[in-house]
Amino acid sequence: MRWRRYGEQAALLDCDSLDQMSAARATVEAAAIPGVIELVPGARSLLVVAEPPVLDRVRALLDGADLAHPPLGSPREVTLDVQYDGEDLTMVARDAGLSEKDVVGLHTGAVYTVAFTGFAPGFGYLTGLPAALRQPRLESPRTRVPAGAVGVAGEFTGVYPRESPGGWRLLGHTSATLFDPAADPPALFAPGDRVRFRSV
Amino acid sequence: MRALEVLTTGALALVQDLGRPGYAHLGVPPSGALDAGALRLANRLAGNPEGAAGIETVLGGLSVRATASCTVAVTGPVVAVTVDGRDAGSHAAVALRAGQTLTIGTPARGLRCYLAVSGGIDIPPELGSRSRDVLSGIGPEPLAPGTKVPLGPVTGVPAGADVVVAPPSPDRLIVPVTLGPREDWLADAAGLDVWWTVTAESNRVGLRLDGPPLRRERTGELPSEGVLTGAVQVPPNGLPVVFLADHPTTGGYPVVAVVRRASLDALAQARPGTQVRLHPS
Repeated sequence: MRWRRYGEQAALLDCDSLDQMSAARATVEAAAIPGVIELVPGARSLLVVAEPPVLDRVRALLDGADLAHPPLGSPREVTLDVQYDGEDLTMVARDAGLSEKDVVGLHTGAVYTVAFTGFAPGFGYLTGLPAALRQPRLESPRTRVPAGAVGVAGEFTGVYPRESPGGWRLLGHTSATLFDPAADPPALFAPGDRVRFRSV
Repeated sequence: MRALEVLTTGALALVQDLGRPGYAHLGVPPSGALDAGALRLANRLAGNPEGAAGIETVLGGLSVRATASCTVAVTGPVVAVTVDGRDAGSHAAVALRAGQTLTIGTPARGLRCYLAVSGGIDIPPELGSRSRDVLSGIGPEPLAPGTKVPLGPVTGVPAGADVVVAPPSPDRLIVPVTLGPREDWLADAAGLDVWWTVTAESNRVGLRLDGPPLRRERTGELPSEGVLTGAVQVPPNGLPVVFLADHPTTGGYPVVAVVRRASLDALAQARPGTQVRLHPS
């Protein structure tokens, strides 16, 4: 791990792995240090936004933390009903050397964790994807991916919260609302949450 | 109902307050007035709390009719302000009677003017803010002619006859930045400290700069990481983007420097063609 300066009011913790980042995030969140304005996880980093004295407290907390045993917190458990009718299901099956049924079985058989968010409000990058489904993005991104589309890219799976361009390989779709600014909480997925997909 | 009726909007008129920080972990940008100092000042002049919602315009052109008497103030760059065609001036509290029309002209310099109204704009907040986030589409739609914008109850007393000096909007800006977190992706950080030109592709998401491309020491992308307002991101073409309030919350291109907070308001007023140096300090 290594801290990097990020302007006057933030610091970026470079992590060695996604697991280490998740442990650091869970540790800071559980400590609930007053004055932490934002805690933004990335794929290999954790951005902490706070005034310098608060940043010092976060740094001291993580220096002394046992990241092999991070606090469990109270992650939400979310199960999403998915219709596996995605435009790229055939391609994903072919590239994995599996049947479409096996792809659905693998995708629904795993338990995922929301590692970090971005791209759009409510878009979560979920880890825990079985190795056979870890495939590159489309060579040419789609200009329009519908809201609720469930896709895979690299080590992640995720759900498009609203219609947008996108390059993930699409396995299916869900009718769940991923993001609603009028709801509390506004996003279905927050970092640390556990997610399962169910074929319907 | 106390309200403002929008007659004309100019290029773009958005409701803005001080934004919705604290939701970046859910992918929600902070948003809020780009020139936050100007909105705070307008609110103080109108007798509001500094964080009340007002209207942010691009190159003026906003015209509104009051349905009830209210106090208004226009800030940002110096700009012509008229009430029923009579000169009222910017950077001062102006009393409007019911039925009167306030019009903001086009500023000769700078980019964004702010209108505050006593009571503040009282549309329902989303995630604690009434700001329009152009990246995510959160918050009220851009204002359009015919829109009636409700006003909240008046709580404070407008400013007296204080003289407020508008900040300058220079054609050339030297912007202090701190290097990092990824300055090691640059072949030479001194390449930042040259005169860049603000391009017309700039918006509330980011200020796009044109000039001699920065040479990157490394190619490719980083694993996605958090992004903040003021972050100077260098995509593969070597032309930096300075992220503003409606920036994406994570990104994969290296952030090589971060603008000092005191300079963000000035960047909000940098119209296309403005020359900007990013000076490591």
